[in-house]
Amino acid sequence: MKDQRFKIAHREALIGIGLVIVNFAIWFGFAYGLGGGDPANYSYVFGFPAWFFYSCIAGTGFMILLIWIVMKLFFKEVPFDDEEGDR
Amino acid sequence: MHWQVVFPLLLFLIIIFGIGIWANKHIRSSNSFLQEYFLGGREMGGFILAMTMIATYGSASSFIGGPGVAYTKGLGWVLLAMAQLPAGYFVLMILGKKFAIIARRYQAITLIDFLRERYKSHVIVILSAISIIVFLFSAMMAQWVGGARLIESLTGLSYTTALFIFAISVLVYVIIGGFRAVALTDTVQGTVMVIGTVILLIGTIIAGGGIDNIMTSLVAENPDFVSPFGAQGDLTPLYVSTFWILIGVGVVGLPQIAVRAMSYKDSKSMHLAIMIGTIAIGTIMFGMHLIGVLARPVLPGIDIGDKVMPLLTLKVLPPFLAGIVLAAPMAATMSTVNALLMLVSSTVVKDIYLNYMKPKASDAEIKRASFIVTTIIGLAVIIFALNPPDLLVWLNLFAFGGLEAVFIWTVVLGLYWKKANKYGAIASMITGMSLYIVIDRFYPSIFGMHTVTLPIVASFVIFVMVSLATSHKFKNEQLMI
Repeated sequence: MKDQRFKIAHREALIGIGLVIVNFAIWFGFAYGLGGGDPANYSYVFGFPAWFFYSCIAGTGFMILLIWIVMKLFFKEVPFDDEEGDR
Repeated sequence: MHWQVVFPLLLFLIIIFGIGIWANKHIRSSNSFLQEYFLGGREMGGFILAMTMIATYGSASSFIGGPGVAYTKGLGWVLLAMAQLPAGYFVLMILGKKFAIIARRYQAITLIDFLRERYKSHVIVILSAISIIVFLFSAMMAQWVGGARLIESLTGLSYTTALFIFAISVLVYVIIGGFRAVALTDTVQGTVMVIGTVILLIGTIIAGGGIDNIMTSLVAENPDFVSPFGAQGDLTPLYVSTFWILIGVGVVGLPQIAVRAMSYKDSKSMHLAIMIGTIAIGTIMFGMHLIGVLARPVLPGIDIGDKVMPLLTLKVLPPFLAGIVLAAPMAATMSTVNALLMLVSSTVVKDIYLNYMKPKASDAEIKRASFIVTTIIGLAVIIFALNPPDLLVWLNLFAFGGLEAVFIWTVVLGLYWKKANKYGAIASMITGMSLYIVIDRFYPSIFGMHTVTLPIVASFVIFVMVSLATSHKFKNEQLMI
Protein backbone atom coordinates (compact mmCIF):
# COMPACT_ATOMS: atom_id res chain seq x y z
CA MET A 1 0.00 0.00 0.00
CA LYS A 2 1.50 3.28 -1.10
CA ASP A 3 0.05 6.21 0.78
CA GLN A 4 0.24 9.42 -1.26
CA ARG A 5 0.03 11.45 1.93
CA PHE A 6 3.39 10.07 3.01
CA LYS A 7 5.05 11.47 -0.06
CA ILE A 8 3.90 14.92 0.99
CA ALA A 9 4.93 14.26 4.58
CA HIS A 10 8.39 13.09 3.53
CA ARG A 11 8.96 16.15 1.39
CA GLU A 12 7.90 18.43 4.23
CA ALA A 13 10.28 16.72 6.64
CA LEU A 14 13.13 17.29 4.18
CA ILE A 15 12.14 20.94 3.92
CA GLY A 16 12.37 21.10 7.71
CA ILE A 17 15.95 19.85 7.57
CA GLY A 18 16.75 22.36 4.83
CA LEU A 19 15.36 25.21 6.91
CA VAL A 20 17.44 24.24 9.93
CA ILE A 21 20.59 24.19 7.82
CA VAL A 22 19.83 27.68 6.46
CA ASN A 23 19.01 28.83 9.99
CA PHE A 24 22.30 27.51 11.34
CA ALA A 25 24.33 28.99 8.48
CA ILE A 26 22.90 32.49 8.99
CA TRP A 27 23.32 32.30 12.73
CA PHE A 28 26.86 30.94 12.65
CA GLY A 29 28.08 32.93 9.66
CA PHE A 30 27.11 36.36 10.93
CA ALA A 31 28.03 35.66 14.56
CA TYR A 32 31.57 34.50 13.98
CA GLY A 33 32.12 36.16 10.60
CA LEU A 34 31.39 39.65 11.90
CA GLY A 35 32.04 39.09 15.60
CA GLY A 36 35.33 37.20 15.40
CA GLY A 37 37.57 40.25 15.74
CA ASP A 38 38.42 42.59 18.58
CA PRO A 39 35.24 43.90 20.25
CA ALA A 40 36.80 47.38 20.27
CA ASN A 41 36.50 47.51 16.46
CA TYR A 42 32.88 46.37 16.16
CA SER A 43 30.51 48.38 14.06
CA TYR A 44 27.02 48.87 15.45
CA VAL A 45 23.55 48.61 13.90
CA PHE A 46 20.63 50.16 15.83
CA GLY A 47 22.80 50.19 18.92
CA PHE A 48 23.67 46.48 18.75
CA PRO A 49 27.02 45.06 17.61
CA ALA A 50 26.64 44.26 13.90
CA TRP A 51 27.26 40.51 14.38
CA PHE A 52 24.53 40.35 16.98
CA PHE A 53 22.08 42.38 14.96
CA TYR A 54 22.44 40.27 11.82
CA SER A 55 22.81 36.87 13.50
CA CYS A 56 20.20 37.11 16.23
CA ILE A 57 17.76 39.85 15.21
CA ALA A 58 17.67 40.16 11.40
CA GLY A 59 18.47 36.44 11.03
CA THR A 60 15.52 35.48 13.21
CA GLY A 61 13.21 37.81 11.30
CA PHE A 62 14.44 36.38 8.02
CA MET A 63 13.85 32.80 9.18
CA ILE A 64 10.29 33.59 10.23
CA LEU A 65 9.64 35.13 6.82
CA LEU A 66 11.29 32.20 5.03
CA ILE A 67 9.26 29.64 6.99
CA TRP A 68 6.08 31.50 6.12
CA ILE A 69 6.92 31.60 2.40
CA VAL A 70 7.99 27.96 2.30
CA MET A 71 4.81 26.84 4.02
CA LYS A 72 2.62 28.89 1.68
CA LEU A 73 4.36 27.42 -1.34
CA PHE A 74 5.10 23.82 -0.44
CA PHE A 75 3.03 22.65 2.52
CA LYS A 76 -0.13 20.76 1.62
CA GLU A 77 -3.19 20.00 3.66
CA VAL A 78 -3.88 16.29 4.00
CA PRO A 79 -6.47 14.41 6.06
CA PHE A 80 -5.07 12.45 9.00
CA ASP A 81 -7.71 9.78 9.34
CA ASP A 82 -7.28 6.68 7.23
CA GLU A 83 -10.83 6.32 5.83
CA GLU A 84 -10.53 9.60 3.97
CA GLY A 85 -6.90 9.03 3.00
CA ASP A 86 -7.40 5.78 1.11
CA ARG A 87 -9.37 7.33 -1.72
CA MET B 1 5.04 41.60 50.31
CA HIS B 2 3.77 43.94 47.60
CA TRP B 3 0.06 43.38 47.17
CA GLN B 4 0.03 45.06 43.79
CA VAL B 5 2.56 42.50 42.61
CA VAL B 6 0.76 39.57 44.18
CA PHE B 7 -2.66 40.53 42.82
CA PRO B 8 -1.98 39.68 39.12
CA LEU B 9 -0.39 36.42 40.27
CA LEU B 10 -3.53 35.50 42.20
CA LEU B 11 -5.73 36.44 39.28
CA PHE B 12 -3.60 34.22 37.08
CA LEU B 13 -4.03 31.28 39.45
CA ILE B 14 -7.80 31.75 39.53
CA ILE B 15 -8.03 31.68 35.73
CA ILE B 16 -5.95 28.51 35.63
CA PHE B 17 -8.22 26.83 38.18
CA GLY B 18 -11.27 27.80 36.18
CA ILE B 19 -9.84 26.11 33.11
CA GLY B 20 -9.18 22.93 35.07
CA ILE B 21 -12.78 22.76 36.24
CA TRP B 22 -14.08 23.47 32.75
CA ALA B 23 -11.90 20.76 31.22
CA ASN B 24 -13.13 18.30 33.81
CA LYS B 25 -16.63 18.60 32.30
CA HIS B 26 -15.24 17.31 29.00
CA ILE B 27 -13.70 14.34 30.73
CA ARG B 28 -16.98 13.47 32.41
CA SER B 29 -18.86 13.60 29.13
CA SER B 30 -16.23 11.94 26.92
CA ASN B 31 -16.81 8.39 25.70
CA SER B 32 -13.11 7.60 25.38
CA PHE B 33 -11.56 8.43 28.73
CA LEU B 34 -7.96 7.58 27.84
CA GLN B 35 -7.82 9.60 24.64
CA GLU B 36 -9.59 12.52 26.33
CA TYR B 37 -7.61 12.52 29.57
CA PHE B 38 -4.14 11.99 28.13
CA LEU B 39 -4.51 13.57 24.69
CA GLY B 40 -7.39 16.02 24.95
CA GLY B 41 -9.33 14.08 22.33
CA ARG B 42 -6.86 15.06 19.56
CA GLU B 43 -8.72 18.32 19.08
CA MET B 44 -6.03 20.95 19.44
CA GLY B 45 -6.12 23.83 16.99
CA GLY B 46 -3.11 25.77 15.74
CA PHE B 47 -2.89 28.46 18.38
CA ILE B 48 -3.28 26.05 21.29
CA LEU B 49 -0.82 23.62 19.73
CA ALA B 50 1.81 26.34 19.29
CA MET B 51 1.33 27.63 22.80
CA THR B 52 1.40 24.24 24.50
CA MET B 53 4.58 23.40 22.57
CA ILE B 54 6.44 26.55 23.53
CA ALA B 55 5.08 26.64 27.07
CA THR B 56 6.13 23.05 27.66
CA TYR B 57 9.51 23.77 26.13
CA GLY B 58 10.13 27.10 27.85
CA SER B 59 10.76 26.46 31.52
CA ALA B 60 12.03 28.18 34.63
CA SER B 61 15.49 28.15 33.10
CA SER B 62 14.32 30.32 30.18
CA PHE B 63 13.06 32.99 32.57
CA ILE B 64 15.21 32.68 35.67
CA GLY B 65 18.36 30.61 35.08
CA GLY B 66 19.04 31.70 31.49
CA PRO B 67 18.90 35.47 32.04
CA GLY B 68 21.08 34.94 35.11
CA VAL B 69 23.80 33.31 33.02
CA ALA B 70 23.40 35.98 30.31
CA TYR B 71 24.02 38.57 33.03
CA THR B 72 27.49 37.15 33.66
CA LYS B 73 28.39 36.12 30.09
CA GLY B 74 26.92 38.85 27.90
CA LEU B 75 25.62 38.72 24.33
CA GLY B 76 27.40 35.42 23.64
CA TRP B 77 24.79 33.72 25.79
CA VAL B 78 21.97 35.30 23.82
CA LEU B 79 23.57 33.91 20.68
CA LEU B 80 23.59 30.47 22.26
CA ALA B 81 19.98 30.84 23.38
CA MET B 82 18.92 31.59 19.81
CA ALA B 83 19.79 28.00 18.89
CA GLN B 84 16.34 27.34 20.35
CA LEU B 85 14.54 28.95 17.43
CA PRO B 86 14.22 25.63 15.52
CA ALA B 87 12.28 24.19 18.45
CA GLY B 88 9.40 26.29 17.09
CA TYR B 89 9.26 24.70 13.64
CA PHE B 90 11.61 21.72 13.42
CA VAL B 91 9.71 19.27 15.63
CA LEU B 92 6.40 19.85 13.88
CA MET B 93 7.99 19.63 10.46
CA ILE B 94 10.08 16.52 11.14
CA LEU B 95 7.52 14.45 13.00
CA GLY B 96 4.96 16.27 10.96
CA LYS B 97 2.02 14.82 9.15
CA LYS B 98 3.48 11.36 9.02
CA PHE B 99 3.51 11.10 12.80
CA ALA B 100 -0.01 12.51 12.99
CA ILE B 101 -1.29 9.92 10.49
CA ILE B 102 0.57 6.95 11.96
CA ALA B 103 -0.38 7.84 15.53
CA ARG B 104 -4.04 7.76 14.50
CA ARG B 105 -3.57 4.53 12.58
CA TYR B 106 -1.94 2.88 15.61
CA GLN B 107 -4.47 4.58 17.90
CA ALA B 108 -1.52 5.70 19.98
CA ILE B 109 -2.26 7.68 23.13
CA THR B 110 1.34 7.93 24.31
CA LEU B 111 4.67 8.11 22.53
CA ILE B 112 5.38 4.63 23.85
CA ASP B 113 2.18 3.33 22.21
CA PHE B 114 3.67 4.39 18.91
CA LEU B 115 6.99 2.71 19.68
CA ARG B 116 5.25 -0.47 20.83
CA GLU B 117 3.24 -0.81 17.64
CA ARG B 118 6.17 0.13 15.45
CA TYR B 119 8.80 -2.16 16.96
CA LYS B 120 6.64 -4.79 18.68
CA SER B 121 9.10 -5.15 21.54
CA HIS B 122 8.52 -5.27 25.28
CA VAL B 123 12.12 -4.33 25.94
CA ILE B 124 11.59 -1.03 24.12
CA VAL B 125 8.38 -0.33 26.01
CA ILE B 126 10.04 -0.96 29.36
CA LEU B 127 13.27 0.90 28.54
CA SER B 128 11.25 3.87 27.33
CA ALA B 129 8.97 3.84 30.33
CA ILE B 130 11.88 3.70 32.77
CA SER B 131 13.77 6.52 31.11
CA ILE B 132 10.70 8.74 30.93
CA ILE B 133 9.85 8.14 34.56
CA VAL B 134 13.41 8.57 35.87
CA PHE B 135 14.52 11.53 33.77
CA LEU B 136 11.28 13.45 33.75
CA PHE B 137 10.70 12.92 37.42
CA SER B 138 14.01 14.65 38.12
CA ALA B 139 13.18 17.39 35.65
CA MET B 140 9.84 17.87 37.32
CA MET B 141 11.48 18.17 40.70
CA ALA B 142 13.83 20.88 39.44
CA GLN B 143 10.90 22.82 38.01
CA TRP B 144 8.93 22.40 41.21
CA VAL B 145 11.87 23.80 43.19
CA GLY B 146 12.14 26.68 40.74
CA GLY B 147 8.47 27.52 41.07
CA ALA B 148 8.61 27.40 44.86
CA ARG B 149 11.76 29.55 45.02
CA LEU B 150 10.07 32.09 42.81
CA ILE B 151 6.99 32.36 45.02
CA GLU B 152 9.30 32.45 48.04
CA SER B 153 11.24 35.42 46.66
CA LEU B 154 8.14 37.31 45.52
CA THR B 155 5.97 36.91 48.58
CA GLY B 156 8.43 36.38 51.40
CA LEU B 157 6.68 33.15 52.43
CA SER B 158 8.84 30.25 53.60
CA TYR B 159 10.12 27.81 50.99
CA THR B 160 7.93 25.02 52.29
CA THR B 161 4.76 27.10 52.20
CA ALA B 162 5.64 28.39 48.74
CA LEU B 163 6.25 24.85 47.53
CA PHE B 164 2.85 23.72 48.76
CA ILE B 165 1.05 26.68 47.20
CA PHE B 166 2.73 26.05 43.88
CA ALA B 167 2.37 22.29 43.92
CA ILE B 168 -1.25 22.19 45.02
CA SER B 169 -2.29 24.74 42.43
CA VAL B 170 -0.69 22.71 39.64
CA LEU B 171 -1.84 19.35 40.93
CA VAL B 172 -5.49 20.28 41.23
CA TYR B 173 -6.06 21.38 37.65
CA VAL B 174 -3.90 18.67 36.12
CA ILE B 175 -5.55 15.87 38.07
CA ILE B 176 -9.12 16.93 37.42
CA GLY B 177 -8.68 18.37 33.94
CA GLY B 178 -6.13 16.08 32.22
CA PHE B 179 -4.42 16.97 28.98
CA ARG B 180 -7.14 19.35 27.87
CA ALA B 181 -6.64 21.45 30.99
CA VAL B 182 -2.89 21.27 30.48
CA ALA B 183 -3.09 22.45 26.87
CA LEU B 184 -5.56 25.23 27.61
CA THR B 185 -3.69 26.50 30.65
CA ASP B 186 -0.52 26.28 28.56
CA THR B 187 -2.20 28.64 26.12
CA VAL B 188 -2.85 31.18 28.85
CA GLN B 189 0.61 30.60 30.28
CA GLY B 190 2.36 30.83 26.90
CA THR B 191 0.58 34.10 26.19
CA VAL B 192 1.61 35.46 29.59
CA MET B 193 5.20 34.39 28.82
CA VAL B 194 5.32 36.26 25.52
CA ILE B 195 3.63 39.40 26.85
CA GLY B 196 5.74 39.40 30.01
CA THR B 197 8.93 39.14 27.97
CA VAL B 198 8.00 42.07 25.75
CA ILE B 199 6.98 44.30 28.67
CA LEU B 200 10.16 43.59 30.61
CA LEU B 201 12.39 44.07 27.57
CA ILE B 202 10.89 47.49 26.87
CA GLY B 203 11.02 48.44 30.55
CA THR B 204 14.67 47.45 30.82
CA ILE B 205 15.72 49.34 27.69
CA ILE B 206 13.97 52.48 28.96
CA ALA B 207 15.48 52.11 32.44
CA GLY B 208 18.93 51.73 30.90
CA GLY B 209 18.55 54.89 28.82
CA GLY B 210 18.39 53.15 25.42
CA ILE B 211 20.38 50.41 23.73
CA ASP B 212 23.31 52.70 22.79
CA ASN B 213 23.74 53.76 26.35
CA ILE B 214 23.57 50.21 27.72
CA MET B 215 26.05 48.86 25.16
CA THR B 216 28.49 51.67 25.98
CA SER B 217 28.36 50.78 29.68
CA LEU B 218 28.84 47.09 28.91
CA VAL B 219 31.88 47.77 26.73
CA ALA B 220 33.30 50.08 29.39
CA GLU B 221 33.06 47.30 31.97
CA ASN B 222 34.44 44.54 29.75
CA PRO B 223 34.42 44.65 25.91
CA ASP B 224 33.91 40.90 25.78
CA PHE B 225 30.37 41.32 27.08
CA VAL B 226 29.42 42.22 23.52
CA SER B 227 31.49 39.52 21.80
CA PRO B 228 30.07 36.15 20.76
CA PHE B 229 32.72 34.40 22.88
CA GLY B 230 31.32 35.55 26.22
CA ALA B 231 32.77 37.76 28.94
CA GLN B 232 35.21 35.07 30.05
CA GLY B 233 35.99 34.03 26.47
CA ASP B 234 34.82 30.49 27.20
CA LEU B 235 32.04 30.18 24.61
CA THR B 236 33.84 28.58 21.68
CA PRO B 237 32.10 28.30 18.29
CA LEU B 238 32.19 24.50 18.52
CA TYR B 239 30.66 24.40 21.99
CA VAL B 240 27.97 26.93 21.14
CA SER B 241 27.21 25.17 17.85
CA THR B 242 26.77 21.79 19.49
CA PHE B 243 24.14 23.41 21.68
CA TRP B 244 22.00 23.32 18.54
CA ILE B 245 21.71 19.60 19.01
CA LEU B 246 20.63 19.92 22.62
CA ILE B 247 18.21 22.82 22.57
CA GLY B 248 17.28 23.12 18.89
CA VAL B 249 17.01 20.03 16.72
CA GLY B 250 17.31 17.36 19.44
CA VAL B 251 14.04 18.55 20.91
CA VAL B 252 12.37 16.12 18.46
CA GLY B 253 13.44 13.38 20.88
CA LEU B 254 11.73 14.84 23.93
CA PRO B 255 8.65 12.76 24.76
CA GLN B 256 6.76 15.67 26.33
CA ILE B 257 7.15 17.59 23.05
CA ALA B 258 6.68 14.64 20.69
CA VAL B 259 3.39 13.64 22.31
CA ARG B 260 2.02 17.06 21.39
CA ALA B 261 2.84 16.34 17.76
CA MET B 262 0.18 13.62 17.77
CA SER B 263 -2.55 15.54 19.52
CA TYR B 264 -3.55 18.21 17.02
CA LYS B 265 -6.66 18.30 14.91
CA ASP B 266 -5.64 18.77 11.26
CA SER B 267 -3.03 20.03 8.79
CA LYS B 268 -4.20 23.60 9.14
CA SER B 269 -3.55 23.53 12.87
CA MET B 270 -0.03 22.31 12.25
CA HIS B 271 0.75 25.04 9.70
CA LEU B 272 -0.56 27.76 11.95
CA ALA B 273 1.26 26.31 14.97
CA ILE B 274 4.58 26.39 13.14
CA MET B 275 4.28 30.10 12.45
CA ILE B 276 2.98 31.11 15.88
CA GLY B 277 5.34 28.77 17.68
CA THR B 278 8.43 30.06 15.90
CA ILE B 279 7.53 33.69 16.49
CA ALA B 280 6.68 33.05 20.13
CA ILE B 281 9.77 31.00 20.93
CA GLY B 282 11.96 33.54 19.11
CA THR B 283 10.45 36.38 21.12
CA ILE B 284 10.78 34.64 24.47
CA MET B 285 14.29 33.26 24.04
CA PHE B 286 15.70 36.39 22.44
CA GLY B 287 13.90 38.74 24.81
CA MET B 288 14.59 37.01 28.11
CA HIS B 289 18.27 36.37 27.47
CA LEU B 290 18.88 39.85 26.09
CA ILE B 291 17.15 41.20 29.18
CA GLY B 292 19.72 39.35 31.29
CA VAL B 293 22.55 41.13 29.45
CA LEU B 294 20.89 44.56 29.51
CA ALA B 295 20.24 44.14 33.24
CA ARG B 296 23.94 44.44 34.00
CA PRO B 297 24.28 48.23 33.71
CA VAL B 298 20.75 48.80 35.03
CA LEU B 299 21.20 46.67 38.12
CA PRO B 300 24.91 46.03 38.74
CA GLY B 301 26.46 43.77 41.34
CA ILE B 302 24.03 40.83 41.61
CA ASP B 303 25.89 37.72 42.71
CA ILE B 304 23.19 35.08 42.38
CA GLY B 305 22.13 34.66 38.75
CA ASP B 306 18.65 33.40 39.59
CA LYS B 307 17.83 36.71 41.28
CA VAL B 308 18.55 38.91 38.26
CA MET B 309 15.17 38.60 36.57
CA PRO B 310 12.91 39.05 39.64
CA LEU B 311 14.96 41.94 41.06
CA LEU B 312 15.16 43.65 37.68
CA THR B 313 11.42 43.37 37.20
CA LEU B 314 10.68 44.92 40.57
CA LYS B 315 13.16 47.71 39.85
CA VAL B 316 12.24 48.79 36.33
CA LEU B 317 8.47 48.24 36.25
CA PRO B 318 5.57 49.74 38.23
CA PRO B 319 4.15 47.15 40.71
CA PHE B 320 1.11 46.07 38.70
CA LEU B 321 3.12 45.49 35.50
CA ALA B 322 5.77 43.73 37.58
CA GLY B 323 3.08 41.35 38.77
CA ILE B 324 2.16 40.48 35.19
CA VAL B 325 5.79 39.99 34.20
CA LEU B 326 6.54 37.87 37.25
CA ALA B 327 3.59 35.68 36.36
CA ALA B 328 5.60 34.72 33.26
CA PRO B 329 8.25 32.55 34.97
CA MET B 330 5.47 31.11 37.12
CA ALA B 331 3.58 30.29 33.95
CA ALA B 332 6.68 28.82 32.33
CA THR B 333 7.33 26.61 35.32
CA MET B 334 3.75 25.47 35.70
CA SER B 335 3.33 24.76 32.02
CA THR B 336 6.43 22.58 31.98
CA VAL B 337 5.55 20.78 35.18
CA ASN B 338 2.00 20.06 34.10
CA ALA B 339 3.17 18.51 30.84
CA LEU B 340 5.74 16.36 32.61
CA LEU B 341 3.24 15.25 35.23
CA MET B 342 0.75 14.30 32.52
CA LEU B 343 3.41 12.40 30.62
CA VAL B 344 4.80 10.49 33.58
CA SER B 345 1.28 9.63 34.65
CA SER B 346 0.26 8.47 31.17
CA THR B 347 3.40 6.33 31.05
CA VAL B 348 2.55 4.63 34.31
CA VAL B 349 -1.15 4.19 33.54
CA LYS B 350 -1.16 3.43 29.83
CA ASP B 351 2.24 1.87 29.23
CA ILE B 352 2.75 -0.06 32.43
CA TYR B 353 -0.59 -0.60 34.17
CA LEU B 354 -2.64 -1.29 31.04
CA ASN B 355 0.09 -3.13 29.19
CA TYR B 356 1.39 -5.37 31.91
CA MET B 357 -0.72 -5.24 35.04
CA LYS B 358 -4.34 -5.08 34.00
CA PRO B 359 -4.89 -5.16 30.23
CA LYS B 360 -8.63 -5.67 30.64
CA ALA B 361 -9.28 -2.85 33.06
CA SER B 362 -12.73 -1.31 32.76
CA ASP B 363 -13.23 2.36 31.96
CA ALA B 364 -14.06 3.10 35.59
CA GLU B 365 -10.89 1.34 36.73
CA ILE B 366 -8.75 3.22 34.23
CA LYS B 367 -10.29 6.46 35.38
CA ARG B 368 -9.63 5.71 39.00
CA ALA B 369 -6.07 4.55 38.27
CA SER B 370 -5.35 7.71 36.28
CA PHE B 371 -6.48 10.04 39.05
CA ILE B 372 -4.68 8.05 41.74
CA VAL B 373 -1.41 7.72 39.82
CA THR B 374 -1.32 11.40 38.89
CA THR B 375 -1.94 12.35 42.50
CA ILE B 376 0.71 10.01 43.91
CA ILE B 377 3.37 11.17 41.45
CA GLY B 378 2.56 14.79 42.19
CA LEU B 379 2.82 14.26 45.93
CA ALA B 380 6.06 12.30 45.54
CA VAL B 381 7.63 15.22 43.67
CA ILE B 382 6.67 17.56 46.50
CA ILE B 383 8.38 15.36 49.06
CA PHE B 384 11.59 15.26 47.00
CA ALA B 385 11.44 18.98 46.31
CA LEU B 386 11.43 19.73 50.04
CA ASN B 387 15.13 18.99 50.04
CA PRO B 388 16.17 20.79 46.86
CA PRO B 389 19.38 20.60 44.82
CA ASP B 390 21.00 23.73 43.27
CA LEU B 391 21.62 25.08 39.77
CA LEU B 392 18.39 24.94 37.87
CA VAL B 393 19.81 25.23 34.41
CA TRP B 394 22.09 22.25 34.58
CA LEU B 395 19.69 19.90 36.27
CA ASN B 396 17.13 20.68 33.67
CA LEU B 397 19.55 20.19 30.79
CA PHE B 398 20.60 16.81 32.14
CA ALA B 399 17.13 15.35 31.82
CA PHE B 400 16.84 17.02 28.43
CA GLY B 401 19.97 15.53 26.90
CA GLY B 402 19.53 12.05 28.31
CA LEU B 403 16.03 11.71 26.91
CA GLU B 404 16.98 13.14 23.55
CA ALA B 405 19.76 10.60 23.20
CA VAL B 406 17.36 7.79 24.08
CA PHE B 407 14.42 8.75 21.89
CA ILE B 408 15.46 10.83 18.92
CA TRP B 409 16.48 8.02 16.57
CA THR B 410 14.03 5.51 17.91
CA VAL B 411 11.23 7.90 16.98
CA VAL B 412 12.61 9.51 13.82
CA LEU B 413 14.08 6.41 12.18
CA GLY B 414 11.09 4.37 13.29
CA LEU B 415 8.91 6.82 11.46
CA TYR B 416 10.88 7.20 8.24
CA TRP B 417 13.18 4.24 7.79
CA LYS B 418 11.55 0.96 6.89
CA LYS B 419 14.61 -1.03 7.90
CA ALA B 420 14.67 0.36 11.42
CA ASN B 421 13.99 -2.58 13.73
CA LYS B 422 13.79 -3.36 17.42
CA TYR B 423 17.37 -4.57 17.78
CA GLY B 424 18.70 -1.36 16.31
CA ALA B 425 16.38 0.68 18.50
CA ILE B 426 17.26 -1.13 21.71
CA ALA B 427 21.00 -0.88 21.02
CA SER B 428 20.63 2.80 20.19
CA MET B 429 18.59 3.59 23.32
CA ILE B 430 21.04 1.84 25.61
CA THR B 431 24.04 3.44 23.90
CA GLY B 432 22.46 6.87 24.03
CA MET B 433 21.52 6.74 27.68
CA SER B 434 24.67 5.14 29.05
CA LEU B 435 27.01 7.24 26.94
CA TYR B 436 25.21 10.39 28.04
CA ILE B 437 25.57 9.51 31.70
CA VAL B 438 29.22 8.48 31.37
CA ILE B 439 30.21 11.60 29.45
CA ASP B 440 28.24 13.89 31.71
CA ARG B 441 29.79 12.37 34.84
CA PHE B 442 33.38 11.91 33.72
CA TYR B 443 34.13 13.93 30.60
CA PRO B 444 31.92 17.02 30.47
CA SER B 445 32.39 19.07 27.29
CA ILE B 446 34.42 16.29 25.68
CA PHE B 447 36.53 17.53 22.72
CA GLY B 448 35.08 20.98 23.39
CA MET B 449 31.55 19.86 22.47
CA HIS B 450 28.41 19.74 24.54
CA THR B 451 27.81 16.44 26.34
CA VAL B 452 24.86 15.53 24.14
CA THR B 453 26.79 15.50 20.85
CA LEU B 454 28.57 12.16 21.06
CA PRO B 455 25.64 10.18 22.48
CA ILE B 456 23.39 11.41 19.66
CA VAL B 457 25.94 10.60 16.96
CA ALA B 458 26.88 7.24 18.47
CA SER B 459 23.28 6.15 18.97
CA PHE B 460 22.58 6.95 15.31
CA VAL B 461 25.53 4.91 14.05
CA ILE B 462 24.69 1.97 16.33
CA PHE B 463 21.02 2.10 15.33
CA VAL B 464 21.80 1.91 11.63
CA MET B 465 24.50 -0.75 11.95
CA VAL B 466 22.50 -3.06 14.18
CA SER B 467 19.33 -2.64 12.10
CA LEU B 468 21.16 -3.50 8.90
CA ALA B 469 22.95 -6.45 10.48
CA THR B 470 19.66 -7.94 11.71
CA SER B 471 17.50 -6.95 8.75
CA HIS B 472 17.23 -10.55 7.47
CA LYS B 473 14.98 -11.36 10.44
CA PHE B 474 12.39 -8.82 9.33
CA LYS B 475 12.03 -9.75 5.67
CA ASN B 476 8.29 -10.39 5.72
CA GLU B 477 7.16 -7.77 8.17
CA GLN B 478 4.21 -5.54 7.34
CA LEU B 479 4.89 -2.15 8.84
CA MET B 480 2.16 0.22 7.75
CA ILE B 481 4.58 3.12 7.57
